[in-house]
Amino acid sequence: MKRSFLLYFLITIIGVLFIGRLFQLQIIKGANYDPIHNAAVKTVYDYPERGYIYDRNGKLLVANQLSYDVMIQPNQVKPLDTLEFCKLLKIDKADFLKRYKKAKHYASYLPSVFLKQLAKEDFAYLQEKLHKYKGFYIQKRIIRDYPIKAASNVLGYIGEVNEVLAKKNNYYEQGELIGKDGVEVEYEEYLRGRKGKKYLHRNRFNKVTGSYRNGEIDTLPVNGKDLTLTLDIDLQAYAQKLMSGKRGGIVAIEPSTGEILALVTAPSYDPNMLVGRMRSKNSVLLFRDSISKPAYDRGLLATYAPGSPFKMMNALIGLQEKVITEHTSFKCYNGFRYGNRPNEFMGCHCGIYGKPIQLKTAIAKSCNTYFSNTYKRIVEHNNNPSEGLDIWKKHISSFGLGNYLGYDLPAGSPGLIPDGKYYDSRYKYTWNGSTTISNAIGQGEVLTTPIQLANFTAAIANRGYFYTPHIVKKIDNTPINNPNFTIKKQTTIDKENFNPVIEAMSEVFKTGTGKWSQVKGIEICGKTGTAENFIRVNGIKEQLEDHSILVAFAPKDNPKIAIAVFVENGGFGSTIAAPITSLLIEKYINGKISKANKYRETNMLKISLQAIYDKQIPKPQELETGTK
Amino acid sequence: MRQEQNNIFAGIDWILVFLFFFLVGFGWLNIYAASKTDTSTELISFSTKYGKQLIFICLTIPLIIIILFFNSKFYERYASVFYVLAIFSLLLLFPFGKEINGAKSWFNFGVLGLQPSEFVKAFTALAVAKLLSDRQYNLGLIKNQIKAFFIIFLPAILITLQPDAGSALIYLSFFFVLNREGLTLNYILFGSAFIVLFILTIFFGTNWMLFSMFSIISIFVFYAIYKGGKRFLRFNWHKIIGIYLIVGLFIIGTGYTYNNIFKQHHRDRFEVLLGLKVDNKNIGYNSYQSELTISSGGWFGKGFLKGDITQGDFVPEQHTDYIFSTVGEEWGFIGSSFVIILFMLMLFRIIYLAETHANKFGRIYGYGLASILFFHLIVNIGMVIGLLPTVGIPLPFFSYGGSSLWGFTILLFIFIRLDAHKNYDW
Repeated sequence: MKRSFLLYFLITIIGVLFIGRLFQLQIIKGANYDPIHNAAVKTVYDYPERGYIYDRNGKLLVANQLSYDVMIQPNQVKPLDTLEFCKLLKIDKADFLKRYKKAKHYASYLPSVFLKQLAKEDFAYLQEKLHKYKGFYIQKRIIRDYPIKAASNVLGYIGEVNEVLAKKNNYYEQGELIGKDGVEVEYEEYLRGRKGKKYLHRNRFNKVTGSYRNGEIDTLPVNGKDLTLTLDIDLQAYAQKLMSGKRGGIVAIEPSTGEILALVTAPSYDPNMLVGRMRSKNSVLLFRDSISKPAYDRGLLATYAPGSPFKMMNALIGLQEKVITEHTSFKCYNGFRYGNRPNEFMGCHCGIYGKPIQLKTAIAKSCNTYFSNTYKRIVEHNNNPSEGLDIWKKHISSFGLGNYLGYDLPAGSPGLIPDGKYYDSRYKYTWNGSTTISNAIGQGEVLTTPIQLANFTAAIANRGYFYTPHIVKKIDNTPINNPNFTIKKQTTIDKENFNPVIEAMSEVFKTGTGKWSQVKGIEICGKTGTAENFIRVNGIKEQLEDHSILVAFAPKDNPKIAIAVFVENGGFGSTIAAPITSLLIEKYINGKISKANKYRETNMLKISLQAIYDKQIPKPQELETGTK
Repeated sequence: MRQEQNNIFAGIDWILVFLFFFLVGFGWLNIYAASKTDTSTELISFSTKYGKQLIFICLTIPLIIIILFFNSKFYERYASVFYVLAIFSLLLLFPFGKEINGAKSWFNFGVLGLQPSEFVKAFTALAVAKLLSDRQYNLGLIKNQIKAFFIIFLPAILITLQPDAGSALIYLSFFFVLNREGLTLNYILFGSAFIVLFILTIFFGTNWMLFSMFSIISIFVFYAIYKGGKRFLRFNWHKIIGIYLIVGLFIIGTGYTYNNIFKQHHRDRFEVLLGLKVDNKNIGYNSYQSELTISSGGWFGKGFLKGDITQGDFVPEQHTDYIFSTVGEEWGFIGSSFVIILFMLMLFRIIYLAETHANKFGRIYGYGLASILFFHLIVNIGMVIGLLPTVGIPLPFFSYGGSSLWGFTILLFIFIRLDAHKNYDW
């Protein structure tokens, strides 16, 4: 063997090995190389303006405004007159040092936010003097502006994208703005538009050295789309005003379209509270208040026993299932005895003792006995309460009760409509209509949200159908075409069965429980409700003031508005909920409150239930609704 | 043909000259890409790395002419003088050297720094050639082997003391030369075996290695006893014990050296390479960036001056030791494989020419040259493509630096000079 062989051999081996390794790196591993998302390319975003939001009449609800952040790049900071600088920024020296240290700790050669969202007047003053302070500069940011201080629960708010979301969703970078609640989150993709991207070469000191591929893959920003809501902001603001000092929810819907005219939760807050420098302080106030829960949308989330308005549901089912007719009558003896034991008796306030009561009167006077009989007949129709209740539930579900409605807002609650199985497992098959008799009058297990009840009312107003409630009318001035909102949903009740019920509801505002709240010239159809509720303190049940409830629509023919009002602990339906409803209907249909009815407004504004709510504060509590 | 002796270019191997200029030129393009700045546009200038390198490259031409000007005999005759001067220059570093990056490896002459260790390689090669080509010399004798080792390791030790262990490592390449001239291959085999053992010990830990090596050797011993019977044991028992002892002690010694004598930064390099530690930010940053940079090149590279990782200066020392990563990024798999093939061609050509020398001196020197270049390639490219730990030695002809460029120029052109005269009777 030649002596030179070894070196030839080794050189060849090494050469092949190296080329093989290069193949592995450049061809196999190189296939996964991402030419854009790496350290050498910097992506700079060009943010489009977020879409504006208008109400149904074109009133501007949400706009944008400029805000000014003081930025710092610590390695460029020269010695400065801290005292004067602190005065300009309205901070103290300790705060200055803390912020400076934080920025320096983050990165000395990178800019970071020194002071967020300067007040406009401070900015004007600072701008003149800023040249003296090297390493500090101003960065503009776009934030939301709310010209009208209402509907914060509908509009929602925007906030910064956090790390978790930024990792999950590849559109967002940490710290960018995103809708966090209400319409802002539901229509985020329309409102935000599309940010423009510019790709730049950068070196390892993060210094930009030129554009990537001469900008050929850069994109321009696309502006956000404006939204027109279905909301009538005047009605909304008026309703919020009427609810001051009270807790509860109001939902108003246009029955012919399903458009939400007002969606009120009380207490509420000024949407501007979640903008600007006071934001973090305010959000503690709003989100940490677990007692009055201003950030909790009662109109969508709170589940209440519907109370007497639910009697209409039972009437409709009774008529549809032909267990009663318009002329069926029951006698009431100040209540209904559904069992033999002394406590198995449901009281009634209809005040018609021992005389036959027909449907119209029963609704107008809210007779518990009449509907207990009707409910029993529905449920025990075939001597099989479980099946009977399933049929009962089927009808109710067709009104959108007992499940999420499918509207375009991010919060919701299904409420509860029990079916046969529900009681089968609870009572081990030994139950009947009497056992669950509270359902007859909208108490017991039944739970609904204000928006569900408003939708139920709209379906009655339409005599048998509804459109799924929705909050957005137009996107970029084009009416929405989401079939979920534009195709009518039929209930399982025939049209003719609505007439007696509507006649009766009309009677409520003529001669019944709502007669003190009638409005001249508008035929209101409605039903009051009074739901008992209890709190449990250390295991002891304590009865609270009743919830005041009312559902109504108007006018009787060609209804323009359907509304549900819940006022927590407001007492009888007729005392608070009815006048509020009447005021809102008058306001919406006539545009103003007539002089004759002005006293109602004055009264309602005066009423504050704070004293009652305060009673509930000191004890850790658990709210629950009970049976009448 | 005699009169052509007056022409200094007569008989020189133009293939090697061409390869030299091609590699140097291509190297400079990559240095330009790796060190380009926005502020200066002058090509020849002392203010930029690529400007300085271009000056260094221009200066190789007078250097080459001077080298070619002398007669082959001159190099043979004065080999020992060169060697002594070289050693002397290394010694002078201790009092007069300038400390850069913790090593006293440089003489400082104003704008210019010289690194003697880059030149000593050439003169050591001359000295080794001189020693081994002596007619009286027989490598079979231990005494002569020690003489050769002394010549080779004296500069290596001095360089280690600077301390610049990476540059000293190169002197191991002379084993190829000695092997060519008759030294038994056992040195290389044993050396390689111990390197493997060393790496395995670091990787698996002392205890595990002691156990497994004991088992492996025992299996061989039992097999040998089974085959050879009692006779085998009677005649070889001392060898068997010796093997056990040497291997065992080596493993224990490795563990001790690694944990107690190595510095943390040495250990980190090994551990990152062997995948015992994942660290893309600090210790492993160079290797990680370098691999990433090369990977990003793909088949054809991003194009000259279009490698964004190179242009963003993300790879430290990219114009010097990591220059090959620039090739990888901007010229892709095709470009970087081409460079490796060019180097292989150069090495083959040198060995081929060396083998044609009738004169032993020229052949041995040629082997020295090939071995040194080869070793540089293995260590440098191996490091840049993430196969070997970080050892800071330059890529011949490519890396930025006057000393290294001139050192390799001298090394190569002395051989070209010797080769040009091989057919003449001298």
